[in-house]
Amino acid sequence: MDFSLSQEQQMLQDSVAKFVQNDYDFDTRMATVNSEANFNQDFWNLFAELGWLMVPFSEEDGGMGGGAADVMVLMEEFGKGLLMEPYVANVILSGGLISRLGSDEQKAELLGELMAGQCQWAFAFTEADSRYCLHKVNAAAEKTASTYQLNGQKAVVMNGAAADKLLVLARTSGASADRDGLSLFMVDANAGGVKRQGYKLQDGSNAAEVSFDKVELEASALLGEEGQALSAVEAVIDNACLAACAEAVGAMGVSLEKTVEYTKTRVQFGVPISKFQALQHRMADMFVEHQQAKSMLLRAVLLSEQDPAESAKAISAAKYRIGQAARRIGQESVQIHGGIAVTDELDVGHYFKRLTMLEMLFGNSDYHAQRYQELS
Amino acid sequence: MNIDFSAEEKAFEAEVRQFLEEQLPQEISRKVLAGTPTSKDDHVRWQKILAEKGWAAVNWPVEYGGTGWTPTQKYIWANECAKAGAPDVVPFGMKMVAPVIYTYGNEEQKQRFLPDILNSNVWWCQGYSEPNAGSDLASLKTSAVRDGDHYVINGTKTWTTLGHYADWIFCLVRTGDANTKNQEAISFVLVDMDDPGITVSPIITLDGHREVNEIHFDNVRVPVENRIGEEGKGWTYAKVLLTHERTGIARVAHSKVRLEKLKKLATEASTGMGSLAEDSRFQSKLLDAEIELQALEFTELRTLAAVSTGKAPGPESSILKIKGTEVAQAIDELYMDVAGYYSLPFVKEQFLPDFEGEHVGPDTAANSAPKYFNNRKASIYGGSNEIQKNIICKAVLGL
Repeated sequence: MDFSLSQEQQMLQDSVAKFVQNDYDFDTRMATVNSEANFNQDFWNLFAELGWLMVPFSEEDGGMGGGAADVMVLMEEFGKGLLMEPYVANVILSGGLISRLGSDEQKAELLGELMAGQCQWAFAFTEADSRYCLHKVNAAAEKTASTYQLNGQKAVVMNGAAADKLLVLARTSGASADRDGLSLFMVDANAGGVKRQGYKLQDGSNAAEVSFDKVELEASALLGEEGQALSAVEAVIDNACLAACAEAVGAMGVSLEKTVEYTKTRVQFGVPISKFQALQHRMADMFVEHQQAKSMLLRAVLLSEQDPAESAKAISAAKYRIGQAARRIGQESVQIHGGIAVTDELDVGHYFKRLTMLEMLFGNSDYHAQRYQELS
Repeated sequence: MNIDFSAEEKAFEAEVRQFLEEQLPQEISRKVLAGTPTSKDDHVRWQKILAEKGWAAVNWPVEYGGTGWTPTQKYIWANECAKAGAPDVVPFGMKMVAPVIYTYGNEEQKQRFLPDILNSNVWWCQGYSEPNAGSDLASLKTSAVRDGDHYVINGTKTWTTLGHYADWIFCLVRTGDANTKNQEAISFVLVDMDDPGITVSPIITLDGHREVNEIHFDNVRVPVENRIGEEGKGWTYAKVLLTHERTGIARVAHSKVRLEKLKKLATEASTGMGSLAEDSRFQSKLLDAEIELQALEFTELRTLAAVSTGKAPGPESSILKIKGTEVAQAIDELYMDVAGYYSLPFVKEQFLPDFEGEHVGPDTAANSAPKYFNNRKASIYGGSNEIQKNIICKAVLGL
């Protein structure tokens, strides 16, 4: 057994940590949040240059051949700085689907572009009444001779406002909640019949409601086999869960650290509030939560790499437990700070918001607890 | 002991319902029931309707314009108001400063200030917390130095809710010299917000809104006659006021209405394979909140019954503060659960009082996360829940 990072992982961690430390302070982040694009294209280009957008792709696809552990290392550091750049939407979700399902030509063209930071992707999978169920899909693509016609709506599509291209999960056969009959289509975000209503999410990142009205698609828009998309979708959503978990672990650690530091400087009743045992114990509890979360993350990462049969279950267990820890640490950080953490000006509140979102993305704790039971 | 309403109480309930049906403007109740922001005008308009009826000051003594209602009547009133979507009474004038004025103020002060509070002619705000005096309120530094018939006030107050609407502010200020013990150096003064030297700066909260403010006092001259009671006794008055604030904080009726609405929303919320109301984990969280709320309701009724026999609300009001805010925050989380992905969009325009467009997702989902973020304040303000536990330890358990 060995929990130490490889030399490459250590270098990746150092390089992301250095970037967050030197170039991504809170003011820089807030400037990005308040900008039109909600992420910084210069940073995105830099990520491409540094090879961060290549991490999970195989070497034959032009990537770095990294595994779940490499993504974990990167996402945990991203979480520490609350990075706004849409890594999961592009690399983990859309890139993950293309690398799994794409033909050699599709991969060469699309992944090359993606890794170079030249194209923004969004994966449109949620619908108004799907909640976290991946195969509840009403958007439908009907085959007409050699083309498809796409109709339907997608809800809260992350990076949907900024996207150049959309990967759309649509039904090509079967009933609304069937596991079979789902297909993936690559759609130009500005194509005729595609309507996007862009907006910001709670943490300032961008998303969109997207509707498709008689959108005509060539057969080449299909990614992978018709009707067989679900297992690949489940696999990339599992990866996205791991990424969200790692990001949460990073963010929780900083939130705890900032809380501990604050209590040492905040004086009430003539002493720093860090002297109060009632608060000390709560921060000790937060520390224990963070460590338990970290353990669940590591467990899920290692099982997903080494034991495919246990992977999904371990990921749901991690998402459930880390979601709980994220709630507790987020809430306690705010409570122990007091009123100042409910303001927009202090970073701790923004960690709280992001942690709240991470608990919910790709299935909240309740959903994953249930999925764990079903898989047991 | 008996929990049934008497015939008179039932008649009162019917009267209240009829009044609310006839008098509560629908454009206001619609906002309240949907959880979207209400404007200053909405509050003033509704308070004036209540004043007209003689029902504005539920808890005041009858001689100053109060209702003289029994605890049961107050309970009926609170429940019916919450169900009908009446806006909360803005507490600063009606529930906070008024009890201090009618309890400790002189005759002239009562006549000068109470009628305008009763009729909502004047909007009040609270000047208690300071940047460095939160939980340790008695360490406040805003100074009031006597200069002839005036105090000269300097300092900063913070977390002043709706201070940007206010005409007057009631403040705790330091009047003693540096050697005076904290609690004996504090006086309670009323300040006209139009006085020269006052500036109000906004604090934007996590939900993106301006609700609270910082108020800066730069050599503000206030007549000594604006002090309530004795110099150096402000802390005693403030403590009484805080116990009043804490009972209101439980917001049981409001939480009950939110919980009922939540149940209905859960039956309509798809999980893809059914409704969220059928989800066992959701059911269990809902049940926890509902039963805690039942306990809290009876704890509040017991407190109210004790108050009606002449006792000021005691340290027991700390229970109401702790549990009331905890239950409300648990309900906030359940609303996010129901909203699912639709709790994530943050479209600022949707929260403007005059917004009439279509919400992103169901309109009941739009405010779920901002409300959750914002309402973390509830366990912090009014004496944080940690301070409430200190009060229970000291005043009840004798530790």
